[in-house]
Amino acid sequence: MGITRRGFAKGTAAIAGVGLLSGMGRAAYGQARPKVVVIGGGAGGATAARYLAKDSQGAIDVTLIEPTKAYYTCFFSNLYLGGYRSLESIGHTYDKLASEFGVNVVHDWAIGIDRDAKTVALAGGGSVPYDKLVVSPGIDLIYDSVPGYSLEAASLMPHAWKAGTQTALLKNKIAAMREGGTFAMVAPPNPYRCPPGPYERISMVAHVLKTSNPTAKIVVIDPKEAFSKQALFMEGWEKHYPGMVEWLPASIHGGIESIDPQTGEIVTGLDTIKADVANIIPAQKAGRIAEAAGLTNESGYCAIEPATMQSKVDANIHVIGDACIAGDMPKSGFSANSQAKVAAMAIRADLTGSNKFPPRFSNTCWSLIATDDGVKVGARYEAGEEKITSVDSFISQTGEDAALRKTTYEESVGWYEGITADMFG
Amino acid sequence: MGMSGVRSGVLSGVLGITLAIAWAGSVLSAQARDELVEKGSKLFRQCQSCHQVGPKARHAVGPYLNNIFGRRAGTLEGFRYSDAMEQAGQGGLVWDETALARFIGDPSGTVKGTRMKFRGLTAEADQKALVAFIRQHSPGPSNIPETPPTAPVHASAGDPDLPEHILSIAGDSAYGEYLSSECVTCHQASGEDKGIPSITSWPARRFVTVMHAYRSKHRENPVMRSVAASLTDEEIASLAVYFETLE
Repeated sequence: MGITRRGFAKGTAAIAGVGLLSGMGRAAYGQARPKVVVIGGGAGGATAARYLAKDSQGAIDVTLIEPTKAYYTCFFSNLYLGGYRSLESIGHTYDKLASEFGVNVVHDWAIGIDRDAKTVALAGGGSVPYDKLVVSPGIDLIYDSVPGYSLEAASLMPHAWKAGTQTALLKNKIAAMREGGTFAMVAPPNPYRCPPGPYERISMVAHVLKTSNPTAKIVVIDPKEAFSKQALFMEGWEKHYPGMVEWLPASIHGGIESIDPQTGEIVTGLDTIKADVANIIPAQKAGRIAEAAGLTNESGYCAIEPATMQSKVDANIHVIGDACIAGDMPKSGFSANSQAKVAAMAIRADLTGSNKFPPRFSNTCWSLIATDDGVKVGARYEAGEEKITSVDSFISQTGEDAALRKTTYEESVGWYEGITADMFG
Repeated sequence: MGMSGVRSGVLSGVLGITLAIAWAGSVLSAQARDELVEKGSKLFRQCQSCHQVGPKARHAVGPYLNNIFGRRAGTLEGFRYSDAMEQAGQGGLVWDETALARFIGDPSGTVKGTRMKFRGLTAEADQKALVAFIRQHSPGPSNIPETPPTAPVHASAGDPDLPEHILSIAGDSAYGEYLSSECVTCHQASGEDKGIPSITSWPARRFVTVMHAYRSKHRENPVMRSVAASLTDEEIASLAVYFETLE
């Protein structure tokens, strides 16, 4: 198997490197090769493109449409804020998907899907035809869900909920914050990308400020009454950052009435908080291409068939990752990666007659609370009739010993290496 | 060991410590040697997912390490070595302090093509500590005959033994490849390990034993317990036969 796989990888590289240039690749497969287009090169799309190309061994013509050449993973971007990772270390390119797996990588925005003609329109002009389409655009932010917030305001009050320049901007603002200043986060309402993410971020900001600005305060203004891994985070904040973090649920602050990006004021039903650095994470919905193509429902996300990830409104389109309604699965990179493999298998079976195995779904979310203090939550899922349903779950416990927490953190580092290799080759 | 204890009595403590750092074979104070061995035993935790050493050691992913000193590389009965390791032994590689330290420092650079997927211990002091620890489980200067493993090669201390009809289930490698797509989100298909152990090239019976140990909750990690609980005996066998051949 190892030999077969290696042989295949070499073969693909040869086709991509030489074959296509000389026209041999086309000649070998003719025009009949089925076409799969993947929109979005994140944990869902990159994985789907890689598995389709790898497992079909060249029998499927795979095109990946992704605007950015350097992709920064949202997962582990909090560790960059905490000083545990460099920005470079969470950046990835699509070079190997092209050179080793033969994926056609197109750096452009997909701006429309003609579902009758089965083509994807590109911002740069032209369109790409498909037999099957994978839509994995991630989330879009609903800026005005927080009164006073906007795309423009994000340069003053970063959301940093898509990793890259926004994350770097937030890190710089934290570093430049006045002594004893206030860092305020407006947390998002459910459902949103990465349920433990805001609270891991609070932990990482506290970790930085504890050393650089120990009299600083952190306030979380949350539209929710509870959050993922709450007991674990609250225990960790008390242990590592006593007195620094204040978490305000909606029942305490009475709702967010408005924010002012110029003054940093956040007005709640209770009082006005003057933030020196504000991190506004608004409500979210499926990436706009999903909405433009009519794939979303009133929830703003895309309903899917649990066993195949096919859109409920178009069987030729599979929606995976944050943009879909995945039942009990959270919106996470791990989930997207898991869903991508199910979709890729189903598509391959439809297009090439390969084996259709039972779908398998799983997720684990690791979070770092402080140095060597890692926690995790995870579950397994099955494709039910109506939705993807949780069948088994686990979570780290409060009061765990330091050695176990360190092991959990090290495990998360290993997972990062694993999933990014699984996405990008 | 016995000799080093006698010899060290004549040496001053300071000299002993100096030698512990410089490593001069058996010439070490008892205390310095103990400290070195203690440090080595901690470092050995990185090796434990693949290698066993001590009274109950058996072959696991890697060969057991009892009596390794003075042994020609790649020659233990009952362990399937890489061709590279067997050739290294035929080419004259015999495990002594220097050879082991060099190998531990850079496994794939020292024996190109070894199945040992370990990034290496770069610090010389760490290499020496680890070698000192492993040496505890080899005889002293006078050679004694090799002792065979004390138990079947498929199991490891702590994992429940499985009945033969479970261990001998013939897995379906193609199905195993599909199932493996779930494993490689964390365990890298390339065999690289960093925080999460490599699972490529394991002997199939070992793989089956470990997965059943998670499924029966004899092993702790909740992620692995959850994965194992979702797999049938046949699915575990399929994964085992797939990963066994993945290098």
